[in-house]
Amino acid sequence: MELLAQQLITGIATGGIYACMALAVVMIYQAIHHLNFAQGEMAMFSTFIAWQMLAWGVPYWLVIPLTVALSFVGGVAIERLIIRPLGDAPVLSHIVVFIGLFAVINSLAGFIWDFTIKPFPSAFGEGSQFGGLISNHQIGMIAVTMAVLLMLFLFFQYTRVGLAMRAAAENPASARLVGIRVGWMIALGWGMASAIGAIAGILIAPIVFLEPNMMLSILLYGFAGAVLGGLTSPTGAVFGGFMVGIIENLAGTYIPEIGGELKLPIALFLIVTVLVFKPTGLFGRTVVQRV
Amino acid sequence: MSANTTTTDASPTATSPAVTGKAVSLPEPAAATSNAKIMRTAGIVLLVMGIAAPFMAGNFLIFQLTMMLIYAIAILGLNILTGINGQFSLGHGAFYAVGAYTAAIMMDQFGVGYLWTLPVAGIICFIVGFLFGLPALRLEGVYLALATFALAVVTPQLFKLSPFEHWTSGVMGIVISKPEAPFGLPLNPDQWLYFLTFAIGLLAYVCARNLVASRTGRALMAIRDNPIAAGSMGVNTALFKSLAFGVSALYTGVAGALGAIVVQYISPDSFTFTLSVALVVGLVVGGVGWLPGALFGGAFIMFVPNIAEELSKGLSGAVYGAIMILMMYAIPTGLGGLLKAALTALSKRSKTR
Amino acid sequence: MSMLLEVTGLHASYGDFRVLHGLDFSVEKGGISTLLGANGAGKTTTLRALCGMIKRTGTIRFEGNDISGKATEDIVRMGVAHVPEGRGTFTGLTTEENLQCGAMTRRSRADIARDLEQAYHWFPRLRERRNQQAGTLSGGEQQMLAIARALMLRPRLMLLDEPSFGLAPLIVQEMFSILRKVNQEEQVSMLIVEQNAGVVLELADNAFVLETGDIVMSGTAAEVRDNETIRAAYLGY
Repeated sequence: MELLAQQLITGIATGGIYACMALAVVMIYQAIHHLNFAQGEMAMFSTFIAWQMLAWGVPYWLVIPLTVALSFVGGVAIERLIIRPLGDAPVLSHIVVFIGLFAVINSLAGFIWDFTIKPFPSAFGEGSQFGGLISNHQIGMIAVTMAVLLMLFLFFQYTRVGLAMRAAAENPASARLVGIRVGWMIALGWGMASAIGAIAGILIAPIVFLEPNMMLSILLYGFAGAVLGGLTSPTGAVFGGFMVGIIENLAGTYIPEIGGELKLPIALFLIVTVLVFKPTGLFGRTVVQRV
Repeated sequence: MSANTTTTDASPTATSPAVTGKAVSLPEPAAATSNAKIMRTAGIVLLVMGIAAPFMAGNFLIFQLTMMLIYAIAILGLNILTGINGQFSLGHGAFYAVGAYTAAIMMDQFGVGYLWTLPVAGIICFIVGFLFGLPALRLEGVYLALATFALAVVTPQLFKLSPFEHWTSGVMGIVISKPEAPFGLPLNPDQWLYFLTFAIGLLAYVCARNLVASRTGRALMAIRDNPIAAGSMGVNTALFKSLAFGVSALYTGVAGALGAIVVQYISPDSFTFTLSVALVVGLVVGGVGWLPGALFGGAFIMFVPNIAEELSKGLSGAVYGAIMILMMYAIPTGLGGLLKAALTALSKRSKTR
Repeated sequence: MSMLLEVTGLHASYGDFRVLHGLDFSVEKGGISTLLGANGAGKTTTLRALCGMIKRTGTIRFEGNDISGKATEDIVRMGVAHVPEGRGTFTGLTTEENLQCGAMTRRSRADIARDLEQAYHWFPRLRERRNQQAGTLSGGEQQMLAIARALMLRPRLMLLDEPSFGLAPLIVQEMFSILRKVNQEEQVSMLIVEQNAGVVLELADNAFVLETGDIVMSGTAAEVRDNETIRAAYLGY
């Protein structure tokens, strides 16, 4: 029973990270209808920046907002400078640019900080509560994830800019017709997605350790969560992320054939199975196709 | 979401009709044949160069050229699926891996001659591809891209799985011995493998062109351009789409088998998502929907990373990525798109003379 | 009578395909003008060109300012509201959120709140549905919503693209009478594109008839209405 509780908690904690990545992916997808395959690398790079600041002796409580702010700016810059010039290029050309971005960021990180695995300190200390049931870090992960998701919800539901972003994502042409500067809303979306990714990276790094290739599988889980929830639904993506976390952990523990080696294929299996039965995800809206 | 492909058919001489309200304007017959002449001459030049190359280059370069041709065949397969039939695949490395492992296991465990492994790899990959095509029927655009991307990431894991270790030797990989030229031909093994690959590549290209020009090819393209209309005209969309997956996997699988034979060593980590992603890059750079572009794409993914490494050892990935991005700004529709635009411009000018 | 909108030599094309061949027309301040013509004449293209939604050449002056090269968002911010073909409502947002979007470029919260009330006054049915998703509204209600949203911009000029499309005649009458009141009480000038010439000619002051990218007649609404040849040839009645 205790094992189940522990695994559930671990599932929820890592699920929160996947939820954040899923949310970042869906936010950008809603804005530009392309998948940012480099989302994980951007998060990884932000985490390295945080690590560097910590290494320079900057206090943790300062590192986090600084990293988040820098990531925000970085996301906006990437959108304006690298993605926007593509304009109406075909989907596959966009994909190649995302791949290129992936390669650039990954290579840069390796060049600056090398490929050795580094430990990353937790913001919440090393201890645990309730007799080892849940670690401080896990409490921190869940709390921060919840806080971020709540803030985003409030932002999108109750602020003007949030409304403008929702309108721009849903119908860019109409948004222009009410004076919304759609281009900047997209850039804003990228900045926010990048910031969310940074938070996700900082939270997961203490567990998976910091190295340039740390985020690929996490991004994949994020994709799985986004697909599970439906690419058109931010709330769905969040829910999907949590589900993936829980399923991954429970399956890994309770199904003996599925050791560590099958965890990733589970993500693939999940994605394909959900899509086969519900092509737009659990909460996605079906798009009516007109001839 | 349909793939925004360059809607060319196999022949680069026909300009795709611009959306005019007037009658479709094809280039004048004179211009059309001059376009055809240009392409034909280019093709012959390449052919001659291709045959001459192994006699003028050192063994390592021959090996690289062989790999380039192998990638070209793999990209040709991907082009059939994505360019001609409009289905995305970010996971074609998986089929390459299946082909490679088929060949390696047959040679290593069963002592089968390397030439026999090629058709077997092709058939097995066709079946695997077709089977994958079935659930893929339900997935459109971005979802298919995601599912295939997941496949790409997961591929190395699949070949490391313990239940299969008896066949795959798990992480240790499989070593293959290099075949000698048959019939005592005066070629060293590298040259022989090059010519073998060259011949297969040529055969693959001719078959692909015939496929695209056939009724099947037109059906595939109809499905790409307007699946609902195609279906309502009696095209068995499901069958054709799965067939496209199968054929595409066949090509890439044969390429994978050749790759295993040429490199002589494979392991699960030879087939990471980097390979799948490289195939997509090669596809786009060559020109989606333009079959000859596969050669250019193969050259790009074979040699540009080397160039990048020359430019900066530590940042080779970054340089490669930057080159990729810049290429997309310059020619978003790849070499095929560029040539099409150039030929259209040329034929327009010759019309006004 | 000062001209609110002056258009000279307006050309527009979709790629290589030329749609508008040099239009000249103007809209009076305080007036309602209508752009008529058959399908494919270029009416929607004209409105899109005015708003900068497609590439165009020529001169477009709004309130004396040259807007020929400006982006859509900027033209809108200058006081031009466009109710597009197909309404363009944000179907995933609620009715009230749609209206709030209309006020996106305005500052004063008090003014916005007041205008929201005014919108519900013009279109009482929207008040009933204020928290409903806009996609669940009927066609007529969505059209009302699109118009109300445009009014939230406090525009001086409103462009409407086939507002009667797909709506029952009774609803069309109701909508046009509201438009007349809005024009008179709020001094919003209008340029209405319509296929349903009969109804709109009752409302409009001036009319232009468009045929494959050229204006073949312009005059007062009465003149166009009474011109049998034009009616038969271009307006189908």
